[in-house]
Amino acid sequence: MQNHHIALTVNDEATEVAFAPYKTLLEVLREDLNLCGTKHGCELGECGACAVLLDGQPVLSCLVLGVECEGRSVTTVEGLARDGRLHPLQETFADLGAAQCGYCTPGFLVTAKALLDEHAHPTRDQIREALSGNLCRCTGYQQIFEAVEKAIGDRSPERLALRESPDGASLSNEHARSAGLSGERHQ
Amino acid sequence: MNTIGKPRRRVDARAKVTGQTRFADDIMLPRTLHCKLLRSTLPHARIARVDASRALAHPGVHLVLTGRDFPISYGILPVSQDEHALAIDRVRFVGDPVAAIIARDELTAFEALDLIDVEYEPLPTLSGPEDSLAHPEPRLHEYGDTGNIHKIVSLEFGDVEAALALADHVFEDTFFYQGNTHLPIEQHAAVAVKDPDGKLVLYSSTQTPHYVHRALARALAMPAAHIRVVATPNGGGFGGKSDPFNHEVVVCKAAMMLDRPVKICLTREEVFYCHRGRHPVLMQFTTGVRRDGSITGMHVKTLLDGGAYGSYGVASTFYTGALQTVTYHIPTYRFQGCRVFTNKPPCGPKRGHGTPQSRFGQEIQLDKIAEKLSIDPAELRLRIVEQPETLTANYLRVGTIGLAECIRRVTRAADWTNTFRKLPHGRGVGIACSSYLSGAGLPIYWNDMPHSGVQLKLDRSGGVTAFCGATEIGQGSDDVLVGCVAEVLGIDPLDIRAVTGDTDLTPVDLGSYSSRVTLMMGNAAIQAAERARDLLAAAVSNKLGVPKDRLVFADRRVFDTEQPSTGVSFAEAVCLAETMFGTLGTTGSYTPPRSAAKFKGGGVGPSPTYSYSAAIVEVSVDPSTGWIDVPRVWIAHDIGRSLNPTLVRGQVEGSVYMALGEALMEEQTFRRLPPRLSSALVHKFPSMLEYKSPTTLDMPEVITELVENPDPRGPFGAKEVGQGPLLPVMPAVANAVYDAIGVRIDEVPITPEKILKALDAKAAGKDPRFGPAHFPDIAWPDALQVPPPWEGGDGKAINENVRRAKSDARDRTSKSTGSEVVPS
Repeated sequence: MQNHHIALTVNDEATEVAFAPYKTLLEVLREDLNLCGTKHGCELGECGACAVLLDGQPVLSCLVLGVECEGRSVTTVEGLARDGRLHPLQETFADLGAAQCGYCTPGFLVTAKALLDEHAHPTRDQIREALSGNLCRCTGYQQIFEAVEKAIGDRSPERLALRESPDGASLSNEHARSAGLSGERHQ
Repeated sequence: MNTIGKPRRRVDARAKVTGQTRFADDIMLPRTLHCKLLRSTLPHARIARVDASRALAHPGVHLVLTGRDFPISYGILPVSQDEHALAIDRVRFVGDPVAAIIARDELTAFEALDLIDVEYEPLPTLSGPEDSLAHPEPRLHEYGDTGNIHKIVSLEFGDVEAALALADHVFEDTFFYQGNTHLPIEQHAAVAVKDPDGKLVLYSSTQTPHYVHRALARALAMPAAHIRVVATPNGGGFGGKSDPFNHEVVVCKAAMMLDRPVKICLTREEVFYCHRGRHPVLMQFTTGVRRDGSITGMHVKTLLDGGAYGSYGVASTFYTGALQTVTYHIPTYRFQGCRVFTNKPPCGPKRGHGTPQSRFGQEIQLDKIAEKLSIDPAELRLRIVEQPETLTANYLRVGTIGLAECIRRVTRAADWTNTFRKLPHGRGVGIACSSYLSGAGLPIYWNDMPHSGVQLKLDRSGGVTAFCGATEIGQGSDDVLVGCVAEVLGIDPLDIRAVTGDTDLTPVDLGSYSSRVTLMMGNAAIQAAERARDLLAAAVSNKLGVPKDRLVFADRRVFDTEQPSTGVSFAEAVCLAETMFGTLGTTGSYTPPRSAAKFKGGGVGPSPTYSYSAAIVEVSVDPSTGWIDVPRVWIAHDIGRSLNPTLVRGQVEGSVYMALGEALMEEQTFRRLPPRLSSALVHKFPSMLEYKSPTTLDMPEVITELVENPDPRGPFGAKEVGQGPLLPVMPAVANAVYDAIGVRIDEVPITPEKILKALDAKAAGKDPRFGPAHFPDIAWPDALQVPPPWEGGDGKAINENVRRAKSDARDRTSKSTGSEVVPS
C-alpha cells in the first residue's frame, strides 16, 4: 500500500508526514509524528481520550482519517504550553487534582480549551455539557470542573499579567497553596 | 508539619497535564513487532486442531504461537495456578486466547488472525451459578473443591443459632449484586524486549509488577533474576490490572524468541474479556436483633459467579464474609461462601474486592431493621458501631474507628433529621456505612518478608532519590512516597526524584491492591527517611557542635531549634554526612503485624487498620418512568490523617462516582446467541458505548468530609482512601429510593425497569420490592468452629483436625469408587 503524503499545521508548526492511507489522525499523531500525548481508550469514538483540536474545534482523532487533514491545523496536548509556560488549564488541572491517572487528561484539556476559547465565562452546566463526551474513571469529574472554573479566573487580564511576570510562572507548590483546598471555594 | 496535611500539586502532575507520562503503549522502540491474540469464539470447547500454516505464510508474519508453546500454567494465587498463556486443549469462555500472531505491524497481525484455522468440539456450557451447582460434570477445571465449585467455605464464630433464638426479631433477606467491570480508560498494553545482555524486560500496564515477575519466571521457566518487569504508570487500574495476563506472557516469549521488541495493546473489546471485575453475588443475610437494635448474631451466605478461571477468586470468596464484623459489633457470626466456575470471563478484584456486594446487603437490611424497630437508621448505626482497639468475633484486630464521627458529620451536613422520611413523595434520602482494609495483612504467597521496601539515595548534589516497587495507577503513590520522605527530611516533595515499579531498580513492594500502598510504603519511606535523617543529624551535630536532638529539618535546612540561625543547608548537610559516613543510602521496610486469626481462611480480612465511611445519598425518582436522579451525595471518610487533601478528596469523589455507576447502570452481563449462531454465551455489550458509565452530565454534587483521627499504625496516622468510600454509596442509593417511593430494590444496578416492576408489585398489593426470591440449597461443608475472643477462643478452630480427617476419608472413598465428590 502506497503511503499518503500531506502537509498540515501541528501545534503551530508546518509539518509534512507520509502514512498508510487507512490510518486515523490518532495513529498518524502517535505513530508517525511521535506525539504520544494524545491517548486512545476505544478507537471507536466512545471515550473522548483521543480528542484534539482540528481548526480549533474538538474532534475525536480516532474518527478522523489522516488523509482528511491536508492543509488543516491540529492542536494536541503538546501544543497547549506556550513559551515554556503551561496553559492556565494545565496549571489548574495540576494544582487541583483534576488529573489522577492522567490518561484521559489530554482529551479533557483540549476540549476544555475549545470551550474557553469560545466562551470567556462558561457556567458549570456549560462545562458539564462541553465535557460530556470525555470519560474519566478516576476523578468523579468534580475536580475537573473546578480546575476549568479556576482557569477562567486565571485567564483574566490581571492574572495573566501576573503570570507573565518572572515570579508568576512558578511550578512550585506555592501555586497550589495559594489556590487553597479547592472544595472550599465551590461548596 | 510542612508537607503532610497540606493540599498540594502532586509531584507527577506536570507530566500528566503535558501528556508526557509514558504509558505502556507510548513506548515506541526501534524494530518493534506487533502482537495480536486469536480468541475463542465459543464459551466452552475442546480444541481439536489448530492449523497456523496459512497465517505463517502471510507476508509480514514473523511468528505464530499456540498453547503448545506454553506448557506451564500460572495464576495470581498459589492455590489457583489454572491459566495458560494460550489455551492448550480447551477454551473456557468467549475471548479465551488460543493463538498469537507476531507481525511487522498491527494490521498485518489482525489480518493473519483470520488465517489461523481452529477446529473446536463444543462442550456444554455453564451460564451461571445454578448451572454450575446442577452440573458438577464435566468439570471446567481438574482442581477446586468439588464438581464445578471452585471454593466452598463455612466458618462459625460462636453459636449463631442460639443467638438468633435469643433475638427479639430475626430478619432474613436475599440480595443480588450484578457483576461489573473496571473500565480503565487505558487499554492494557505491554512491550517485551530482550536486553542487550540477553535478559528479558517487560514494560506493562500492571498494578502488580512483583507478582507478574513471579508468574513470568514460572510460566517461561526462566530465572527470576533474568527478568525485569517495569510497571508503567497505569491509565487507571481499579483492580483490573492486578493479575498476570496472557498477553504479558505471550509477548515475553515472542521477544525472547525473535530478539526484537514485541508490543501488544488490547482492543477495548478484549479489555472486557480480560475482566477480573466484580463478581456477581447472590447473598442471604439472617440477622437477629434486640429491640434496642443491638445485633445478637448474623449468618451470611454468598454465592459467587467466578467465571472461567480462579484469579483472586478464593480471596474474593472470603472477602464477601470478612468485614461485616469490622463495622458493627456482631457477637456471633456464621459465614458460608461458595464460588463456582462458569463459562464467562474470569471475575476478580475490583475496587472494594468482594466486600461491596455483601456491604450492599448488610446496609439495606439494617435500613429494614431500623424501620421495623422504629429507630432512625443513623441512630441505629451509632448504637452498634464496633468498639475501637478491639478483636472482632472473627479475629480481625480493629484499630481506631472514626465511624461514629463520620455518621454525625454526614447527618449534620445533609440535615438528615429534617429530610429523612420528610421529603415529598418521589424524593428521598438514604444512609449507609462501611469499612475497608488499609492493606491486606498477608501477602498472596505466604512468607515473613517485608510487604514494602524503600531505598533512599542521597548525594553531595543535595539530591534525594526514593526507590520503591510501588505502582502509580493514578492514586498518587509517587506523591505519597516523596511526601513522606520530604516531611522527614524537611525538603520540598519536588526536590525528590521517585523511581518506582521496576523490579530491577526498586525494592519489592507487593503492588497497588488492597489499599495497601499508602500505609505500607508510607511506613517504609518514613523509616528510610528517619535513618537518613539520623546520619545527616550526626554529621551536622559534629560540625555545629549542637546536640543531635536539638536539630530540626525544615525549609531545606538543618538547624538548631534553640537558635534557628545556626544551621546548614540541606545540601550541605548531605555533604557533611557523605564525608563522615561515605556513600549514603538507607532502607526502610514494612511488615504488617501478625494476624490474630489462626484458622484456615483467617488469612483474608486482617489489616493493620481499617478505614470507615458513611454516606447519605439524595435521590428523586419519577414514579411514572422509574427514572432516578441523584442530585447530591454527602460522604464522610475516616482517613486517619490526610497526607495530601487534594488527592484524598479525589479518591473519595472518584469512589462515589464509580459507586454510582455500579448502583445505577453498570453491568457486565451475558446472553446466549440463537442456536443457528452456536448458542454461544457472549458478552452483551463489550463496548464503552453500550456499557453505560456515568458522564459529566450524570455526576451529582459530592460534599466530602474528612474525619481525621490519626491512627498510630499509619504513616503520620494515615489510613486508606482508595476503596472504602465506594462501599456505602450503593446501599445508600437503595435506601434513598425506598425513602422516596416506598419500594425496595434489593439488587444492583437499580434501573428504571426494576423500579417500575417494584411499583407494579406494590400497586397489586404484593411485596413492594424487586430482588431475588430465594437463595439456593447448597451442600455446605461442616463449619469450622472458632469460638470468639469473649468465649475464651484463641483464634484457632476447635474442630479443624476432625474436619480434615473427615475430608481425607471422603477423598479416599471418592477415589476408590470414582464417584462424584459431594461435600458433607
